[in-house]
Amino acid sequence: MTTKTMAIPTNLKNHTSVKETLRQTLIMAKRGLIKIRRNPEQLADVLIQPIIFTLLFTFLFGGAIAGDIASYLPIIIPGILVQSVITGSIATGVQLRDDMDKGVFNRFRSLPIARIAPLAGALLADVLRYAIIVTLTMLMGFILGMNPTGGLFGVLAASLLVIVVGWCISWIFAFMGTIMRTSSSVTGVSMIVLMPLTFLSNAFVPVDTLPSILKAFAEINPVSHIISAVRELLAAGTIGTDFWWAIVGSLTIVAIFAPLALHAYKKKA
Amino acid sequence: MSKAQYAIEAEGLTKVFGDNKALDNLSIKVPKGSIYGVLGPNGAGKSTMINILATLLKPDAGQATIFGYDVLEQPQIVRQLIGVTGQFASVDETMSAVENLVIFGQLLGLTTKEAHKKATKLLEDFGLTEAAKRPLKKFSGGMRRRLDLAASLLASPPLIFLDEPTTGLDPRTRTQMWHTIRKLVADGSTVLLTTQYLDEADQLADRIAIIDRGTVVAEDTPDGLKNSIGNETLILTVKDADQTEAAEKIAERITKTDVKIINTRQIIVPIADSGLAIDLLIALRKAKIGVKEFKIERPTLDEVFLSITGKKPKTEAKENENDN
Repeated sequence: MTTKTMAIPTNLKNHTSVKETLRQTLIMAKRGLIKIRRNPEQLADVLIQPIIFTLLFTFLFGGAIAGDIASYLPIIIPGILVQSVITGSIATGVQLRDDMDKGVFNRFRSLPIARIAPLAGALLADVLRYAIIVTLTMLMGFILGMNPTGGLFGVLAASLLVIVVGWCISWIFAFMGTIMRTSSSVTGVSMIVLMPLTFLSNAFVPVDTLPSILKAFAEINPVSHIISAVRELLAAGTIGTDFWWAIVGSLTIVAIFAPLALHAYKKKA
Repeated sequence: MSKAQYAIEAEGLTKVFGDNKALDNLSIKVPKGSIYGVLGPNGAGKSTMINILATLLKPDAGQATIFGYDVLEQPQIVRQLIGVTGQFASVDETMSAVENLVIFGQLLGLTTKEAHKKATKLLEDFGLTEAAKRPLKKFSGGMRRRLDLAASLLASPPLIFLDEPTTGLDPRTRTQMWHTIRKLVADGSTVLLTTQYLDEADQLADRIAIIDRGTVVAEDTPDGLKNSIGNETLILTVKDADQTEAAEKIAERITKTDVKIINTRQIIVPIADSGLAIDLLIALRKAKIGVKEFKIERPTLDEVFLSITGKKPKTEAKENENDN
């Protein structure tokens, strides 16, 4: 046996403080951003989708649904904003699955850090993706002639709302990422859930045109409330009931899925 | 609490995966400031044991403490005292070596500046300075393994788990790794190392536990283990099959060890001292037992197992075993 042995500190704590948790989350978010910078291809979807979707839907449905393009823009831009951000948040779950398959997550688990930090950090880094989607979609709207009568406040508040909602919803996909075996199954299942949620809403067409069953669903669909809140902010610059529904709904998602994701992550070997 | 006598104390660890009992009532005690080798074949439960001790996996039964802190009750304290280097490099492929180390350093509570300083120092120690900014995709297996070990050392943990640190490395890199591990202990750390290689455990470890099917089957210093099976093995073939048993008796008398007959004309004799081989040959000539062939072999992991567990992977030996 060697003579020298390292002293063991005596003032060790068995929990991580809120401040440390936040700090560790930010470091993990920084890691996520470094990864995006190293591999910018993963931003391809959020760079291309807003442009294609805006052009496609506006010119394809503009005349048919709203009479002309200019009057369709206030309807379709909020719809595309919300749809693109929610679809973009699937990537969070997919990347988390890929990340967890690599040894580096085992190291995170062996470090004295808050269990939630690797998850929350990864999700936080993806806020960049939502910001890009929102900026590009808004920009496309302006180029095509959208005139947000709600003013600058309306545009900023609507952007912020969409980003916050996107982040909250991404916890659902983070949970799927932690429980599913492969990243392709995460994509598959997420798309099946999302297609009806985003299309059976007021995103693209007025709800009144739908058959009664679909109409009832579209009216209670949380996605519809989010879109309505964004429309109101852009058109009038006011915060209405839909805004609060959107916030309450999003926080509920976090309250349910963050603990579930954390639990599944802790259990995974 | 920190006055704990042992770096690791595990008692009755059991872990079952489906039908497979990975750990079966395993107990070990690792003294502070030593290199403790855990030797065993693939699937013996080495990695499962490390995962439990490193708080990555919960045991189905049993308990373990690290410097007196319970791995189940106080996992966050245990994590502050350990560094883990697994069989598979746990670093981020898409990032550079420096970026990896800085992120881990910051997570451990270092400031950005401190983390950079420590990362630079460790990369220097591990001969990775030149490659520090290159993406890891271009790293060789040995470089990755060294970076992985560097990452485990950021917090200067008093206990380091190394799960097969040299499996798959070329001999030169393996020697470098051995050097690094010895240095860690010289600096006051305790190292628990798993390996499939007897010579690695022999070179590095102060004590060795041999594990098989999830439980400790022998535990001693390397010399102690070797003495128990003999440093070397003499394989002796007699001319006349009728004399095999007589040869065995003589060999047992001379070497005072357990001699085994492995087929009609061959015996296997563990010998602690090569001088005994000569004594044995002289004794055989005196007894008029003709020797057709004899060879001395270094002990292999197989033979350690044969002698300690009474089981040998080779079927021929196994059949003869059952006759005894």
